Parts: sequence; structure tokens; C-alpha cells
Amino acid sequence: MELSEQNVNKQRPVYLDLQQIQFPATAIASILHRVSGVILFVSLAVLLWLFATSLESAAGFQTVTDLLNSLFAKLVFWGILTAMAYHLCGGIRHLLMDLGYFEDSMESGNNSARVAFALTAVLSVLAGIWLW
Amino acid sequence: MVKNAATIGRSGVHDFVLIRASALVMASYLLFLVGYLVANPGLDYATWQSLFSGTCVKVYTLLALLAVLIHGWVGLWQVITDYIKSSGLRATLLLTVNLVLLAYFAVGVVILWGV
Repeated sequence: MELSEQNVNKQRPVYLDLQQIQFPATAIASILHRVSGVILFVSLAVLLWLFATSLESAAGFQTVTDLLNSLFAKLVFWGILTAMAYHLCGGIRHLLMDLGYFEDSMESGNNSARVAFALTAVLSVLAGIWLW
Repeated sequence: MVKNAATIGRSGVHDFVLIRASALVMASYLLFLVGYLVANPGLDYATWQSLFSGTCVKVYTLLALLAVLIHGWVGLWQVITDYIKSSGLRATLLLTVNLVLLAYFAVGVVILWGV
């Protein structure tokens, strides 16, 4: 073996420029779908409690109405709606992929992921306007 | 074919179909409920109560909660089995999550029973 080859085959540390390493949009879309799904699973406990209280009695309905007028509850509710919006957009993206509407390529995957992010941002702003 | 005892479907293909079918039910229910709330800004108790006293909306709500049970069962199985390597902790989490999902469905039945 040539000396140069030996050098190449040596176990040497690899230089990773952490500033250069970035997740593609598809990876971010995937992890956000999981995170928003877990958030929705947990928030369903809150939503079901609100649902139960609002249907229990007129006083209960008033309790829920008053609660949803507080800033903290609005922020929580806005967060839940944003998670729902993202999970819905990401889910529709997956369904469209399954139905073969998108090209099977990295570029197409990244583009549809960015569209899902943009739609979520729009829906999130609309949810904010609705709540406030 | 890969089979796993902890998923709700009997195979990956079954899970694949279940997660999509349940997603469609939940998506339509979400649009229905959010649409209703947006269309009725000054909602009062009587109107809200009469909405859920109808059989159709009751059944629709229960179908949506059944879809949540199925979708959460498959989805959280995917997340938990991907990240939790310790089999004891994984089994405990899966059991807890599935019991919570079943409880959500039961709560829905109890709530709508009284309306």
C-alpha cells in the first residue's frame, strides 16, 4: 500500500462545520408533525374538560366563556389551534403525496413542506384574529 | 409481513389505512366545529346545548372521538417506539397513552349522554 493510501484509510476525526449543517424542510416538517401530534394528544384533555363544562349547565357555559376571555387561556387556545392547523396541513400534504399528486423528489418534498409551513402561518394568524 | 401486537391495526398496512381514514373523519369534524364557532360569534348556552342534543351531532362527535382513539393509538405508537429504547418504559408509556385515549372516548360518551 502506498503511503498516501495509508493516510486516507487512517481513522481520523472528521471536520463537521456545524454552521453548515441544516435539516431539510422535509425533516422539519416530519418532526413538527410528531411534536404537534403529541401536543394535540395532551391538549385534548383540556378541550374535553372545556367541552364537558360548557355543556353541563348555563353556569358552566359561562365559566368557559369567561375563562376563554382571559389572556392566558387565549394564548393556550391559540397554541392548540396552531398545532391543529399544522397537523392538518401536514396531514393533507401526506394524503396528497399518497394520492400521487406530487413528484417523487427531494425538491418536491421540500416545496410541499414549505407550503404547509406557510399555510400554517396564515391559519395561525387567522386563529389569532378570531380569538382577539 | 411485519406484525406487532402493540398497534391497533394487525399490520403496518392496516395501520396505514386506519391512520388516514381516521384523519379524514377528524379533519371534517374540526372544520365543522370551528366553522360553527366562527359562524356563531355570540353563542349562548341554549344554542350550544341544542346543537349537541341532536342525534346526528352526537354520533358525529363520537365518531370523531373514535377516530382520535385510533389515530392517537397508531400515531403515538410510532413516536414512542421510535424514541423510547427501554422496553419497560416503552410498554408503560404505550399502556398509559392507550388508556388515556380510551378514557377520552369514554368521557365523550358520558358528556354526550347527559346532553
